[in-house]
Amino acid sequence: MLTGAELTADGLRQRVHEFLGEHDPAGTGRLDFLRARFDAGLAWVHYPAGLGGLGASRTLQRVVDAEFAAAGAPDNDPAGNAIGLGMAAPTIRAFGTDAQHQRWLRPLWTGEDIWCQLFSEPGAGSDLASLATRAVRDGDGWVVSGQKVWTSLAHEAHWGILVARTDPDVPKHQGLTYFACDMRAAGVDVRPLRQMTGEAEFNEVFFTDVRIPDEDRIGAVGEGWKVAQATLMNERVAIGGTSLPREGGMIGTAARAWRDHPGRRTPDLHDRLLRLWTEAEVARLAGERLRQQLAAGQPGPEGSAAKLVFARLNQEISEFDVELAGADGLRYDDWTMRRPGRADFYGRGPGYRYLRARANSIEGGTSEILRTIIAERVLGLPPEPRVDKDVPWKDLPR
Amino acid sequence: MEGPAPVSAPPRPAVADESGRRTPDLLYDDTEQTLRESIRSLLVARCGADDILRRVESDDTCDTGLWQAIAADLGCAGLLIPEDDDGAGASYREAALVAEELGRAVAPVPFLGSAVVATTALLAAGDHTRLAELARGDVTAALAVGFGTRPGAPFPDAVRVSGSRAGDGTSGLTRLRGRVPGVADALTADLLIVPADGAPSGLYLVGAGAEGVRRTPVISLDMTRQLCDLDLEDAPARLIASGPAAGRAVGDALAAGAALLASELLGVADRCLEMTVAYVKERRQFARPVGSFQALKHRLADLWVGVTQARAAARYAAACLAAGDGDAPVATALAKAYCGEIALRAAEECVQMHGGIGFTWEHPAHLYLKRAKSASIAFGTAGAHRAALAGLVNLPGA
Repeated sequence: MLTGAELTADGLRQRVHEFLGEHDPAGTGRLDFLRARFDAGLAWVHYPAGLGGLGASRTLQRVVDAEFAAAGAPDNDPAGNAIGLGMAAPTIRAFGTDAQHQRWLRPLWTGEDIWCQLFSEPGAGSDLASLATRAVRDGDGWVVSGQKVWTSLAHEAHWGILVARTDPDVPKHQGLTYFACDMRAAGVDVRPLRQMTGEAEFNEVFFTDVRIPDEDRIGAVGEGWKVAQATLMNERVAIGGTSLPREGGMIGTAARAWRDHPGRRTPDLHDRLLRLWTEAEVARLAGERLRQQLAAGQPGPEGSAAKLVFARLNQEISEFDVELAGADGLRYDDWTMRRPGRADFYGRGPGYRYLRARANSIEGGTSEILRTIIAERVLGLPPEPRVDKDVPWKDLPR
Repeated sequence: MEGPAPVSAPPRPAVADESGRRTPDLLYDDTEQTLRESIRSLLVARCGADDILRRVESDDTCDTGLWQAIAADLGCAGLLIPEDDDGAGASYREAALVAEELGRAVAPVPFLGSAVVATTALLAAGDHTRLAELARGDVTAALAVGFGTRPGAPFPDAVRVSGSRAGDGTSGLTRLRGRVPGVADALTADLLIVPADGAPSGLYLVGAGAEGVRRTPVISLDMTRQLCDLDLEDAPARLIASGPAAGRAVGDALAAGAALLASELLGVADRCLEMTVAYVKERRQFARPVGSFQALKHRLADLWVGVTQARAAARYAAACLAAGDGDAPVATALAKAYCGEIALRAAEECVQMHGGIGFTWEHPAHLYLKRAKSASIAFGTAGAHRAALAGLVNLPGA
């Protein structure tokens, strides 16, 4: 049986067809089908055998997904567990023990377990490493107290990836440890956090003496920052990752509105639309080029540009959209507190999209932090003077 | 991200899709990388800032010696010319790479005007009589249109067919009369390719040294590509294409000029960014490198993002032109509009971040600024290309 790099697109297609011959999507329960797909190594083909993969090239995943979709097979609703699939899974794979791989990866992939991310705190946003949620050793486990914020899906999640402070006596980056937290444990309190859009897509999560067994720690004690960095790297890959056709993002909505409403056109709006269309199409091509670089094994730093551009364009296009709507731009669809299961940057009306887009330059790393990262890591410019680097966390002013 | 968790799929547009259309290769292949290395080492050795500064104040603003090395020794004059005509039989991809490197060096050579624009006009007109000489670098040619002419502009009527003289008939000659201001790369050209109105309207070949041809040097904004005003007073000319074929030849030549100027502008932007980053790391004020100040770091990060995006746009235009892709007009307009604005911003930031020294004659920043401004106007301003996009992608004005 071929594995790893020997696997070709045709070889994988063949394997999917054999699998489908043994597991008729129409006659198999959804969950049974997904579990069998995982066990056959056809879940995420670049993962190792036994963990839902075949050690194949990551670029071949598209081939497998397309074959299953063409056969009408149920999928694992990836958009419903984006943090689990995009961030928790690669972190668990890289830093987890064999036992953790066996416990968590299969139900994560099938969507049985939704995962959320417990990183940011009211006092630790851009300066994540200053976080204050404490985990105190207690026998064969840990006792966690503190507060996390901006946690999407916390109200649906079974697990959360958590960074907590285990040693306040060392400088801030050194005293952190990474855990998987059972969201159903006693002392975990999830409360909706309402946003300017009216809805509550996110949550605040309060921890009061929550007990986490030591077997749910991911990585070594005090290594939490290193593990968290890996999670955040995957976040950026996930954001720049999808291939879209021309007019595939928010610009498509604006272009269609322009074509559908000749009466709303003005020279000023026309000029802005053409600029935005140009920038959106160039950004799309830059994404295509980045994917070609990755496929050719030439990963470059260009990925860090993608989220910056995406945020700015979403904001400018949605600003344009509200104005193009004319008098309708003064209306809003619904201020009631909805609880959406997933973020939707492109849905609802222009007013909603405009307000939601304000978060694009804040969530997942502010645009300012991303610029600093590019300046220092890509361009090699000198770092900011740091007053907090060598000071024990407990002595930092706050 | 704790923020935008699952992103719903955006609406699918009608314009193009992943299955129907594959993005061409936007990377540089090994042959292109080798070509880049040869041309860059030649330019580093023979086209330093001091060389150019001396030359722009001399009578010979065009470096014909350097051009001989680029044209004949490296074979760049014949990149677009078929092997049967002693050319390299390469494509616009390789030519775009050369343009990029020449932009990085603001090299004062007639590559764009002769090896790209005039050569494309001759190829499109189907006139192979002088191609071998052009390919070998024995002669250069220029298309007699103003450098600011955009692709898609009406067929020029500044020059008119003024009839024939006794003896012209047997030699197949006719006479042209008119004035074309602001022609690029014509001062040192041996051949002029002149679009002329009259009977018949068409494209004519005129020897630059023939009677009745007068070239007046223009004190140009960009003296690294000095323009000239061209006067024809019953100059002898040979018809090489007439009617729609002549219009197509001029259109193709202008489009190739615009698309490859995008790559040249990319080179300008790339070099400005590189120079500026190097300078702010070394220049100290307030006892710190000025590159450690966030005000500069963030602007440089944004500029790096812009250059990254511009590269994708420029490569896409070159690839579309090379493949004769139907999307070439969109790609060209996109690249010329985008790369022009980025190059200009890069050159302006280069001046600003160099502080006082950046405003001096001795520092090369002004050479880049002048090249960026001039080239971003040439073959259609960003605004003209966005206006073209309006028609090409169905976003009509008010």
